[in-house]
Amino acid sequence: MFNTLISSNIFFLSLLLWIAGAVGALVLSKNDRTANWWGNSFAILGSCVGLLFSLSVLIIGSTFSFNIDSTLPLLSLSFSVDKLSAFFIFLISLIALLASIYALGYVKHYYKKYNIGALGFFYNIFLAGMVMVVSAHNALFFLIVWEIMSLASYFLVIYENKEKENVQAGSLYFIMTHVGTAFITLAFLLLYRSTGSLDFGVIKETIGNSSPLITDTVFILALIGFGTKAGIIPFHIWLPNAHPAAPSHVSALMSGVMIKTGIYMFIRMFMDMLPDAPLWWGVVILILGAISSLFGVLYALTEHDIKRLLAYHSIENIGIILLGLGSSLVFWSLDMKPLAVLSLVAALFHTLNHAIFKALLFLGAGSVISQTHTRNMEEYGGLIKYMPQTALFFLAGSMAISALPPLNGFFSEWMTFQSLFSGIMASNVPVRWVFILAAGSLAFTGGLAAMCFVKAFGVTFLARPRSENVRHARESGFALRVGMAVLAALTLVIGFTAGSITNAVSGVVSDLSAFNSSEPAFFSTIQTVGMRNGFASISMPLILASLIVTMALTFFAVYLVSRNRKTKIGRTWDCGTTLGPRMEITATGFSNSIVTIFRGALKPTKQTSIEYRDEDMRYFQKSSTVELGIQDIYNRYFYQPVHMLTIKASEYMKRIQSGNINMYVLYILAILIALLFASGM
Amino acid sequence: MSIIIWTIQLALVPAVSPLCIGVVRKIKARFQNRVGAGIFQPYRDLWKLFHKDEVISEDASWIFKCAPYLIFSTTVIIGASIPLFTTIFSINVLGDLLVVIYLIALGTFFLALAGMDVGSAFGGFGSSREMTVAALTEGGLMFSILVPAFSAHSTNLFAISGAVASFSFFAFAPMILALAAFIIAMLAETGRFPFDNPATHLELTMIHEAMVLEYSGKRLALIEWAAANKFFIFLALGANLFFPWGMSSSERLGDVPLALILFFAKILAFSVFVAVLESTIVKFRFFRLPDLLFTSFILSIIAMSLTI
Amino acid sequence: MFRLYYKIISTPKTVIDVQSLGCDTGIDIVGKKLEARLQRSFRGSLAIRAVDAGSTNACEQELTALGNAYYDIERFGIHFVASPRHADMLMVTGPVTRNMKEALVRTYEAVPDPKIVVAVGDDAIDGGIFKGSYGVLDGVHNVIPVDYQIPGDPPSPRIILCGLLQILEMLDSRSKAAQ
Repeated sequence: MFNTLISSNIFFLSLLLWIAGAVGALVLSKNDRTANWWGNSFAILGSCVGLLFSLSVLIIGSTFSFNIDSTLPLLSLSFSVDKLSAFFIFLISLIALLASIYALGYVKHYYKKYNIGALGFFYNIFLAGMVMVVSAHNALFFLIVWEIMSLASYFLVIYENKEKENVQAGSLYFIMTHVGTAFITLAFLLLYRSTGSLDFGVIKETIGNSSPLITDTVFILALIGFGTKAGIIPFHIWLPNAHPAAPSHVSALMSGVMIKTGIYMFIRMFMDMLPDAPLWWGVVILILGAISSLFGVLYALTEHDIKRLLAYHSIENIGIILLGLGSSLVFWSLDMKPLAVLSLVAALFHTLNHAIFKALLFLGAGSVISQTHTRNMEEYGGLIKYMPQTALFFLAGSMAISALPPLNGFFSEWMTFQSLFSGIMASNVPVRWVFILAAGSLAFTGGLAAMCFVKAFGVTFLARPRSENVRHARESGFALRVGMAVLAALTLVIGFTAGSITNAVSGVVSDLSAFNSSEPAFFSTIQTVGMRNGFASISMPLILASLIVTMALTFFAVYLVSRNRKTKIGRTWDCGTTLGPRMEITATGFSNSIVTIFRGALKPTKQTSIEYRDEDMRYFQKSSTVELGIQDIYNRYFYQPVHMLTIKASEYMKRIQSGNINMYVLYILAILIALLFASGM
Repeated sequence: MSIIIWTIQLALVPAVSPLCIGVVRKIKARFQNRVGAGIFQPYRDLWKLFHKDEVISEDASWIFKCAPYLIFSTTVIIGASIPLFTTIFSINVLGDLLVVIYLIALGTFFLALAGMDVGSAFGGFGSSREMTVAALTEGGLMFSILVPAFSAHSTNLFAISGAVASFSFFAFAPMILALAAFIIAMLAETGRFPFDNPATHLELTMIHEAMVLEYSGKRLALIEWAAANKFFIFLALGANLFFPWGMSSSERLGDVPLALILFFAKILAFSVFVAVLESTIVKFRFFRLPDLLFTSFILSIIAMSLTI
Repeated sequence: MFRLYYKIISTPKTVIDVQSLGCDTGIDIVGKKLEARLQRSFRGSLAIRAVDAGSTNACEQELTALGNAYYDIERFGIHFVASPRHADMLMVTGPVTRNMKEALVRTYEAVPDPKIVVAVGDDAIDGGIFKGSYGVLDGVHNVIPVDYQIPGDPPSPRIILCGLLQILEMLDSRSKAAQ
């Protein structure tokens, strides 16, 4: 049955459903409800078809290819879906399905304020664009659909255009994504020049003849270009502004899936298309991953806007994925294929897990924001009493992202740790130190992420409300809860079926021609996953079972001992004073210790301004304002100097336009002579 | 595997940990020239707490009510899956280093949430400090145990203790550094001097105690017991990973009493060490603690570079 | 440092024996009949929370002296705690000033059952030297129900300790009688 599903009909059916959803939403934009229903239902249908298609490719294992040659030279609409692309299509479809179900209820908040038809249009185009990006097989076609995806997401970011900061965020996103596209274009042009073709398959076969200089340059260009999309520090400056600006289900997609297309291209280019990567590629990616994860989580700790906090956590998790990817490249270059398979499986598993729990967290944040009408965490509090189910789902997401057993985040972090430990043991001294420091950064990142989510969950949902907007919050609608509930259930299910899913993911990795004949360095059964050399093993179902059994036994035993005791409800003890909202811990206060400890990296600033009652005497204060801020060090040390350099260079180049006609005639003469020389030779 | 050995392994940590706390308090009292409570006093305290009523704040949610059970369960599970007196459980997939560390993190996560749940001024900053110390300790703790793990080619705790027992003399130099790093991490995680004073009444200096100020009755008993379990677990890890001689390695019941006696002797030695340390040094100011935790991390890395 | 350890080890024991305390002074029982359950619970472990309801701090100093190396209250299983939620017994000192009335009531409500309230010092019993003043409420029993009183201005640690031991004995004997 699955064999028939891998046909062009099914693949294009999903794309067509999305396009139909887009066009129809735009046509029906007069009526908000119909546009919402049409746009999101077609998105759901398209995602279901996409899920079926990708699952059948993953199960059967044959590559789906499709080609339409066009009249334009070099451009052919060619698709090729092997298991890796199918894995990413599965990811996109799954998150799109649940985000669209969520959107059925969420978009109601935009009725009468913004054009729902436009939202439906750009949303569906965005989905179609992402699926085409991960299945494109021709470089020019890839650039076209990459641009479609970026433009659609740009319009979604500036969707709420009545807020000026959203438009500014959109502009920054627009510029940064095109800078990235420029680097990608350069990389593809170099590849074309050295192989004479834009087709990925042909490039893969003929690139072996090119000089290492070309492949190294392509590596750097692709790293910067795709890294801008993926959100690696220091190319990430658009992420914390753009993800909060978009509507929440779009943020979930952008953060959970769109930045993973950058990771997809990393794997496609560095492990599939370009031959034998040298050692330094993997080391560079490892170092970038370590820096991204540490700085991502440190900046997340300083945030009190809930969506910016989640955006910085995306940067952190991309760093963790890069740790797995980098170690895979290192092992591959050292010809230790089993370990390379292990690391790549860890990276892909973390991609899957992160998509699920990040989407869950963004959907939860969206529910909270739409009920309280503010993104500022300092005004939340006590929401667990007003939105109990949303709180439970957000708690599941927080536990998953903090890598706590028995949920799925723990398992992928365990695998990443195992790949780094194997790296420490298997490599020589200089590379070993990179692995040791990478493992250290992963250890600290895990701890700091847990702290950040205690803060995020605690300040938002626990204790008492800190402002009045919270008190009229109600539980989210049914569609919103369904979307979040399925994602939360998935974190648990993927957690205890980790062994089976590892098998599936390692099947994806073995499908890559680089790893076709390698045995992975681990074994995985339904119960246990472990390293073949006996270094470590883990059993996720056993952890879940022992937690449940022990908790049940404890509860039962304590009940037996104290069944005659009563419980009284009383006031919170605070030394007999009156508790007000200002007495609870705030988000800024919670992370104040870490900001002070890491002040060398975060560079916090504090500005006090005082207004006096009498300006001459300056003794009695009328009011005092304190402004706490964080300087972005990548801004100060990377972007500002580049900015200054560009401006200085431009001012210098301005001298060419002297305004003197004689100079211009001299230019024409000089170029003419040079051309004559060049053509003569 | 004999049922008796299994039962002892499962029940040893919750059964003996209050005694360990009692011994530490007794020694500290002796240092202060007092007599102090008996060494079985913590058992009486727990028994009394289980027989008291509870007062729960109206601001608390189900997290406050469920957290003590979860925290206690994690300490019991960890206690059952670390090497105590025997190494015959090597095939036990639950003895992995990362599982133990992240289960501890699970307990700390929910304790911090419970501290924030009641919305008191103390609970909030207690949670903040506890998470700061826990986040920075993870590196040192993990790496200090990784040092013998790399030499033993396994992160399974039973395998590590088995391998360390057969180390040559020269392999021990880096182990001393790793032990120093482990001791710093242990003091941080269990809330002892110089990180936290477990007997303080000054809320502004509390870390762990500030989060439990709101608990009463049976839930307070569970949390106190869980803290005692955690202390015992770290002492057992220190004793059995760095000084693993004397553990029984066969299934014969006859070996068990000797192994238990040696184990308790090692635990007693560690308890005396902790008590003497607590009576000698002062509690550090909070912002001096990260320096200490990074020192632990650096020591482990130096030890690691010497072993591999 | 080792000289310090040697000094610690060689210092003779200074803790006073129970017998040489000479506990013959009776303490006053004021409160209601305490249930049997209450008696049974506190054998061997008692947690005290001291509340200062506007006292002159003389009683506080005597309470602090209970934990020193001479009286050493901890050997009887009694210890002081920081939070009323952890406490079994409230020891209230001071004549309960108006400003502390609400705080004292909230502290009382925060203690879980079964609980005991002891008024320590003449001020806490009936206002002491402040009796009749406009700023005080003349004794703890006007604010929260009191079970025992320990008179004195301030009562010396010996008297407080004797009082506590007698309370524990009374609880113990009542529980034995109730069984």
